[in-house]
Amino acid sequence: MSVEPRKKRLNKKDAYKYMTRLGWDPTYQKEEDVFPFLEMEGLKIHDWEAWEDPFRMTMDSYWKLQAEKDKKLYSIIDAFAQNNAQKNISDARYVNALKLFLTGVTPLEYKVVQGFSHAARAFRGEGASIACQMQAIDELRHFQTQVHTMSHYNKYFDGFHDYSTMHDRVWYLSVPKSFGDDASTAGPFEYLTAISFSFEFVLTSLLFVPFMSGAAYNGDMATVTFGFSAQSDESRHMTLGLSAIKFMLEQDAGNVEIVQKWMDKWLWRGYRMLGLVAMMMDYMLPNSPTSWGEAVELYIEQNCMALYKDLEKYGIKLPTDLINTIVAEKGHLSHQVWNIFYNHTNAAAFHTWMPDEEKMNWLSSKYPDTFDKYYRPMFERYTALEKNGERFYSEVLPLVCQTCQIPLGFTDVEGGNPHVYTHETSEYNGEIFHTCSKGCKHIFEAQPEKYIQAWLPPHQIFQGNCGGATIPEVLKWYKIEHGVDNLDYVGSPDEAMWNKLKNK
Amino acid sequence: MAIQSIGEYPIIMKDSVDKFHGNQLVFIYWHGHRVVCSPRAFPLPPDIPFGALISDIIPLTYKIEPDFKDLDFDKTEVIWEIDGKVVTPDFSKSLKDNGVGHKSFITFITPSLIGKVGA
Repeated sequence: MSVEPRKKRLNKKDAYKYMTRLGWDPTYQKEEDVFPFLEMEGLKIHDWEAWEDPFRMTMDSYWKLQAEKDKKLYSIIDAFAQNNAQKNISDARYVNALKLFLTGVTPLEYKVVQGFSHAARAFRGEGASIACQMQAIDELRHFQTQVHTMSHYNKYFDGFHDYSTMHDRVWYLSVPKSFGDDASTAGPFEYLTAISFSFEFVLTSLLFVPFMSGAAYNGDMATVTFGFSAQSDESRHMTLGLSAIKFMLEQDAGNVEIVQKWMDKWLWRGYRMLGLVAMMMDYMLPNSPTSWGEAVELYIEQNCMALYKDLEKYGIKLPTDLINTIVAEKGHLSHQVWNIFYNHTNAAAFHTWMPDEEKMNWLSSKYPDTFDKYYRPMFERYTALEKNGERFYSEVLPLVCQTCQIPLGFTDVEGGNPHVYTHETSEYNGEIFHTCSKGCKHIFEAQPEKYIQAWLPPHQIFQGNCGGATIPEVLKWYKIEHGVDNLDYVGSPDEAMWNKLKNK
Repeated sequence: MAIQSIGEYPIIMKDSVDKFHGNQLVFIYWHGHRVVCSPRAFPLPPDIPFGALISDIIPLTYKIEPDFKDLDFDKTEVIWEIDGKVVTPDFSKSLKDNGVGHKSFITFITPSLIGKVGA
């Protein structure tokens, strides 16, 4: 009996090739039937092999790497729970930022699992499919680690109990939900532009950096840890975003115009959604590491501009109008969004409050041209009303934008009317449609067939699809417990719990 | 960038007037007033008098504005706009007769009350 000498292990390059190049050319089905989405969007791809997979990762090394990260994360989550580390956060107001994250962002992570799985199936090239599959699995892990991390807070604080139903139903959560739905109902190339490039590459720093540094500044080490655990995945996703854009642009000169439209659309869609992050940074974090205005300066005025400059050689142009609006609004955005939520906290799954004197002074110092002039007087009056037991809650519903679904609460800063709400209209099929801005109007008018289907929460309530016509009936349908999950932080069960935890 | 689809793409008018149980959507905005955080949306019967806006809807919506105590529709100068056109509404006639349709946007501008926000 002869023993076969053991074969030499494959080198890394060959191993990668054998483990990832698993596709084949269809012979008994037409290619366009197997890959029906490839030509739908008008993009031309001549050579799928030119897709560069910058990481060349195979599943065996992927599992090992992720398992290591999970092990570290879960040991820290356990330690956090055992040490009652919820007591070490700066203040229970901070927890509301997590509620917003869990109901608004975490379900989007799950949505992206579906989106990337679909893109992976739709693409012809194996390099592209593998990269999308990996990202789909990453996003599933992010979804899980976020839910597991934040579940600790659910033991002590309200509003964490039914994030997935809330994501589908609650009025302001239709903003991130419709963002995800818009992306995932586009074709696979637009999807990649929307999520991999515009969101992961251009805007992700505006979401994750503020959340994670905010967590660190407010003593929430568990959230910092899931942030770190996701970070190396995120850098892979950013690289995928850039390589995807370059691939599309390099494949055919005709692709440039199409990709430019998507880049512009998703920059604006992403920016509008990040209005939620703006108010989180400036108002919901008791200790703010940085202001929204400063973040715009760093991530939009510097990084984003440089990025577009890099793509100039392909013929991509900076969307100057959009950038100008973003920059013009930077001194107003967070205050306006906070006012929207202050108005409607009676129908929200988290608490709002008026900032104390110290925080107001911080806002004045960060926004010397706008806060004292336009917002401090309004907020001081709210505080005075609260002291008289007349805390203001809106009894009526907002007009929301047909595209971004945010109430039309942004003012015409650029046009020199910072006290007047911007409002645009369009007509389609004999009906009027209202949008909040030129950016959203433009997106609507490019594809009205899509946005006329928007599930706008106030209109759905009026149509009778949300449990009833009164606020208590709608709250019940939202799974929000009145007097517990909603209303001001002052006087809430959360506040009572915090005082108990701190022996106040 | 028209809509792209691999099949027929349906036209779904999610907010057509027939879905509102006899009401129509009406949006109201007191120009320049920012305490109320956005223009407001209402489902209203097209046959109610325009005057119901000033007797019921506007007080319910705007009583929080510091300017509200000085707003007197008999005395204050008010410029009305329906869908961007300046109009002189007849308060006794219906919304419909005043040209308010489904999803109309009504703005009222008060040149003497421009949106105080503080006490």
